[in-house]
Amino acid sequence: MRAVVCSAALWLALAPPVAAQSTEAEVEKYRKMIAEDNPGELWEIKGEKLFMQKRGSKNVSLEQCDFGMGPGVLKGAYARLPRYFADADRVMDMEARLLHCMKTLQGFDHKAALKTKFGNLNRESDLEALATYIAAQSNQMPIDVRLEHAKEKEAYKIGETIFYRRMSKMDFACASCHADQGKRIRLQDLYNATNKTEIDRVMSGWPAYRVSNSTVRTMQHRLFDCGWQMRLPNVEYGSDWTVALHTFLSVSANGAKIGVPGMRR
Amino acid sequence: MKTKHIVLQGVGAVLLAACASAPEPVVTEATIQRVVQSSFSQIEYQYPPEVVARTNQDEGQKMCTAVRNEVAKIPPAQLDAFVGKSMKEIKYPAGGELMGDWKQGENIAQSGYGMRFGEGADDPKRPNGGNCYACHQVAPQEIAFGTIGPSLLGYGKHRGASAAMQKFVYDKVYNAWVTFPCSNMPRFGHHGFLTTEQITHVVALLLDPASPVNK
Repeated sequence: MRAVVCSAALWLALAPPVAAQSTEAEVEKYRKMIAEDNPGELWEIKGEKLFMQKRGSKNVSLEQCDFGMGPGVLKGAYARLPRYFADADRVMDMEARLLHCMKTLQGFDHKAALKTKFGNLNRESDLEALATYIAAQSNQMPIDVRLEHAKEKEAYKIGETIFYRRMSKMDFACASCHADQGKRIRLQDLYNATNKTEIDRVMSGWPAYRVSNSTVRTMQHRLFDCGWQMRLPNVEYGSDWTVALHTFLSVSANGAKIGVPGMRR
Repeated sequence: MKTKHIVLQGVGAVLLAACASAPEPVVTEATIQRVVQSSFSQIEYQYPPEVVARTNQDEGQKMCTAVRNEVAKIPPAQLDAFVGKSMKEIKYPAGGELMGDWKQGENIAQSGYGMRFGEGADDPKRPNGGNCYACHQVAPQEIAFGTIGPSLLGYGKHRGASAAMQKFVYDKVYNAWVTFPCSNMPRFGHHGFLTTEQITHVVALLLDPASPVNK
């Protein structure tokens, strides 16, 4: 913990107030500096406790939740997500599945479960902690999303369609910012989803500790936030829209070695 | 041995044929609408109808999405009709003066405010911003600029500030697709994101000889 605080203080001290270079380069320095103690690991530890804890109206833990490899099997499960789940008859990503288990296994109400879906400095998020723990059980494994079921194939195609779909008040598609090489918004480097090296680097590191947010975020938040900037209505957590995009992006990053929590601006 | 080889080839051919004929999922607009219905279902959020409608595409967005912004693939007649219609839709400020105040233009270029909804919603009473610096270099003093669009440094220096030039820039900011259909740039006037008066200030930022852009 002390190391984390020191690293954060060091980050503040070293960060130049104005820099004519990309913030990504600065975050990369920060990443290297605290590679051994990513603050996101605190979310992972908390997530493990929450996972084992008896919670919800049914007072059970999440240990029997099936993330696709059988009830209770977490090792490698995240690497195969999103995937089709027969019990819900839809494709789910890790976060959607987690929400599903909280509702069906533990008896959480939908709205209550999502009350702290995105944490901030005053309000910690159980979902962000749980997601970090679950994803970390696939560390060092390659992303391996297979598109075997017809609905998985369809989710990929829907995700690809949405990625290139121009809409809303700014005429943006995801591709407006994430399909060209070497571009930035202000000083923020933009990754190119059509470049294998870049999509691998991005997708293998979510959930990620976000320096600017002082919390771990999952892909659900990333997609929500992009939509918000596109002036779309807020997309719902774990919805088909988000899962389709998550499927498209994950398949594009197949083979990339998972290392979470990552570290982002 | 030879027979076995032929049999295997046969099996391979059958497999290939089976794979080739496996139906690829077709994603139509109806599919997307179904996804929109379930994903913006207003369980978590309640939106005014105008906000929900933002997930739909207008004519231009449909046209550009269909060809993934490769304008050369749009049938010329369709493209001409679209540009003509877009030109006719452009509204000009009362009085017709297109060159506003570059200082206000600079504020508009810096601000990314407006029309965000839900958590962290923007106040509709505060003016929206054009957020030009997100994608363009504009005045030299601002070094935190993006690179999605071209640099506009010195934009008016060699182009001058003639009435024709003012109209060109005004039209471009009002509806960027009149000059470059399907470019990344938002159509600020078309969507009512910037007011006609705000657009005149952006024109001044780019063309006024007194603007830092042209110093």
